[in-house]
Amino acid sequence: MLKEALQQKLDYEELANCMRCGFCQPACPTFRETGYEAASPRGRIALMKAVADGVMEPDKDFVDQMNLCLGCRACEPVCPAGVPYGQLIEQTREAIEQEQDHPWYIRMARKTAFTHLFPHQRRLNRLGGLLGFYQRSGLQTAVRKLGVLNILPKQLKEMEAIMPDASSKGLSERMGATVIPAVGESKQRVGMFHGCIMDVLFQETNVNTVRLLAEAGYEVVIAPGQVCCGALHAHSGEREAARSLARKNIEAFQQAKVDLIISNAGGCGALLQEYDHLLHDDPDWHEQAKWFASRVKDVSEVLAPSVEPEAWDELPQRVTYQSSCHLRNGMKVTKEPVSLLQSIPGATYVALREGDRCCGSAGIYNLVQPEMSGNLLNEKMEHVKATQADILVTSNPGCLLQMKAGIKRAGLEDRMEAVHLVDLLARVSNQSEMSSK
Amino acid sequence: MLSDAIRSELRAIVGEKNCLDRQEALVAYSYDATPMQQALPDVVVMPQTTQEVQKVVQVAARHQIPIVTRGAGSNLCGGTVPVGGGIVLTLHRMNQIVEIDEQNLTITVQPGVRTVDIHQAVEARGLFYPPDPGSMVISTIGGNIALNSGGLRGLKYGTTKDYVLGLEAVLPNGEVIRTGGKLMKDVAGYDLTKLLVGSEGTLAIITEAILKLIPKPTTQRVMLAMYADMEQAARSVSDIIANRIIPGTLEFLDQGTIRVVEDFKQIGLPTDVAAILLIGQDGEAELVDRDMERIAAICQKNQAVQIKVATTPEEAEEVMTARRSALAALSRMRPTTILEDATVPRAQIAPMVAAIQEITNRFGLNICTFGHAGDGNLHPTCMTDARNHEEIERVEHAFEEIFAAAIDLGGTITGEHGVGIVKAPYLEWKVGAAGIEVMKGIKHAFDPHNLLNPGKMFAKESRNRVVVNRA
Ligand SMILES: Cc1cc2nc3c(=O)[nH]c(=O)nc-3n(C[C@H](O)[C@H](O)[C@H](O)COP(=O)(O)OP(=O)(O)OC[C@H]3O[C@@H](n4cnc5c(N)ncnc54)[C@H](O)[C@@H]3O)c2cc1C
Ligand code: SF4
Ligand code: SF4
Repeated sequence: MLKEALQQKLDYEELANCMRCGFCQPACPTFRETGYEAASPRGRIALMKAVADGVMEPDKDFVDQMNLCLGCRACEPVCPAGVPYGQLIEQTREAIEQEQDHPWYIRMARKTAFTHLFPHQRRLNRLGGLLGFYQRSGLQTAVRKLGVLNILPKQLKEMEAIMPDASSKGLSERMGATVIPAVGESKQRVGMFHGCIMDVLFQETNVNTVRLLAEAGYEVVIAPGQVCCGALHAHSGEREAARSLARKNIEAFQQAKVDLIISNAGGCGALLQEYDHLLHDDPDWHEQAKWFASRVKDVSEVLAPSVEPEAWDELPQRVTYQSSCHLRNGMKVTKEPVSLLQSIPGATYVALREGDRCCGSAGIYNLVQPEMSGNLLNEKMEHVKATQADILVTSNPGCLLQMKAGIKRAGLEDRMEAVHLVDLLARVSNQSEMSSK
Repeated sequence: MLSDAIRSELRAIVGEKNCLDRQEALVAYSYDATPMQQALPDVVVMPQTTQEVQKVVQVAARHQIPIVTRGAGSNLCGGTVPVGGGIVLTLHRMNQIVEIDEQNLTITVQPGVRTVDIHQAVEARGLFYPPDPGSMVISTIGGNIALNSGGLRGLKYGTTKDYVLGLEAVLPNGEVIRTGGKLMKDVAGYDLTKLLVGSEGTLAIITEAILKLIPKPTTQRVMLAMYADMEQAARSVSDIIANRIIPGTLEFLDQGTIRVVEDFKQIGLPTDVAAILLIGQDGEAELVDRDMERIAAICQKNQAVQIKVATTPEEAEEVMTARRSALAALSRMRPTTILEDATVPRAQIAPMVAAIQEITNRFGLNICTFGHAGDGNLHPTCMTDARNHEEIERVEHAFEEIFAAAIDLGGTITGEHGVGIVKAPYLEWKVGAAGIEVMKGIKHAFDPHNLLNPGKMFAKESRNRVVVNRA
């Protein structure tokens, strides 16, 4: 029964810590869209508590309301009482997941992705190979022409259209080594967390991250044996799977003996940083998890104090920044990406209005909640348009895809491009393979 | 319980998706920001126009269904908890700024507009709407008016009541009235505008408001003054006013609050001081500078151990952080935070703070006090746990004594949060039996069938006045 599952999983202490002040509401995209109390953080917590207290049945409306939450955690930093909403919604989703029936295509996609793909980097890369073949062979063009894609939901179609070129090689294979020495004297030994999807669809960004780190004076280890961070699992209620991935990653990075663990995707980094919480009731792993969590940093945090922008190329363009929710609200990194952008010679940084608001991508949210996601994306693109930027910078692969889709949807392809922060830095500092083109 | 026929009448007025009676909606509209108060309504109705409100009220009047009007549900008196069931009428869809009139310096708004949106809209035109309750990022102007909310600028600029010029409201019989107007003078009959301000949703449903605006001050500056003794802080406050300076902000934190804030934020506040004053002035640059100098001198004379005048916006921000973090820091200590607002005449602040401390110690509780020193509006805040019934009982007794102490010092049980459910048993202490009778008469004149927000303002029984023996 869902009710029992929720009662067992929800952290009642934290539910009780919500004092219902409502300060979280203006930050919440779904509340702002609807004005509906139940679609706000305070409302969702009240619903969870009502179920935990036994005064409400977790019916379909309850489940729908929990699914409408983006999991963007914008409600956390503004909460005076420090309620860890992200944990509460994950506990809720874990309970729902145990009992839930999804539509066939989501069920299938979830099964394929969560149990057969993400945990196995090699399979992902092989799939990447297939995707690459699909893209390069002309099959993609043929498929698009034949209209086969029309049977897919609109959101999937939009995503298909902006899929980057996939890679079939792993990162260390691509770099030709697992340890990349620092340029000059090594400051620290850092472990590169390459991510799962990141390494297939955005390997260029991983390559650039490694190069920038080495250039900035860090010895980089691409810790062998690392797997998907487990964020998509945790956010979708598959916490057990997330825990088992966490253990593998901890082991991999402990063996690599690193001082820091570097992530270049806010969505991954935020969960990596919470491994101690994820494994808090596992006595065999809790200490190691703390070791791991305390070492996780976003790439921008490490680069910001150590780069030398004087040597960079001029970039006479307008740049703006859409922050990743989990980088901002989870890892609490806000200043470094902006200061890096501001330090690019010749570039004009324009703040994006509501750049701290979720873009609607939110993991697989754009696929399962197309309407809300679409509304958020449309509003986002209005603000993006107003910046008149040439380059829209993000710091997470999901956001990057969503921004690319948004640019296409708004018909702005000729006027601007969406780029990962690291790729832009690599471009101006000539660390990128692409920059020679 | 409402019959299906009534439900479909309501649905016909506002539309299917704005008339909700599913479990989720009933739970979501069963509470506000008041600790330990919750009750389910029968239905949640979300109108968008005055006409829709009017029609809903007509249905309710015909079938004798209670209506609880709701803005953002941020009040701290149980004001929107539907203790008698019935309809929760939530006005968030009536959220348009109708007009900003730069000739008459007024703004006309629908009740669901957020306070902060009014601020932004008028400040963009160099105008100013001073009331700034701590909750302004969420609260609605309808809620502000219905509770006559105050804020940090109360001393110099007054509270909501000083800015409401006219109202449109739906009466419990379904009639619409318009009171006041874009008028600075208007003595035509009883002042119904003022009567509706602070009426807590018990007399009428406010559907539009005309508010007064003033020019926006050009300069703002702030400073902190720290004291080893509460008396000295209180004397500084009196001296500042006696010297004919009215600061824009004049806030204070007691030692308990300072310690908790420092623990939470590490902003370098000395934790051995007994009180901190946060003093701000706004206006023309030269006048502000002059006032700040004079205020600093007064604080010095009253043995402030440290004075920190902010010279840059960043420093000002730092200074403000101390006050703004107070509630956040306190609310992290224990699960339940009870924020009260006993208020005394300005000159009685030091004895009031001492009384609160004494009561807190005697009951073995954790109560810290911060608040608006300039207008005597204190926020004794109790950190407790609603699940611990024995402790909650002690909390109730302690607050009873705090209310009594405030009244003894010429003060009131609530300065800005309103009566609602939680203060109703104490109202008589402040206004007396005759006062209650007049108020009940007014209520009856507006709402003879007691349909608007029943169970609020007037308690079934008054609490016996506690006699505090302070030797
Ligand atoms: C953290 C925090 C800080 C706060 N700080 C302050 C402060 O500094 N100063 C202060 O004064 N208050 C403060 N409050 C209390 C509260 O925010 C204010 O009272 C605010 O005005 C309530 O507005 P609301 O829109 O949330 O109203 P609600 O809570 O929705 O309603 C309040 C009352 O008004 C009635 N009402 C609402 N709209 C209408 C309408 N259109 N017509 C008729 N009746 C209506 C309701 O029935 C209810 O009785 C604070 C609250 C919190 C949680
Ligand atoms: S801000 Fe925090 S305490 Fe306040 S309602 Fe939201 S979650 Fe609860
Ligand atoms: S996580 Fe995001 S969408 Fe969900 S309640 Fe918090 S702010 Fe709203």
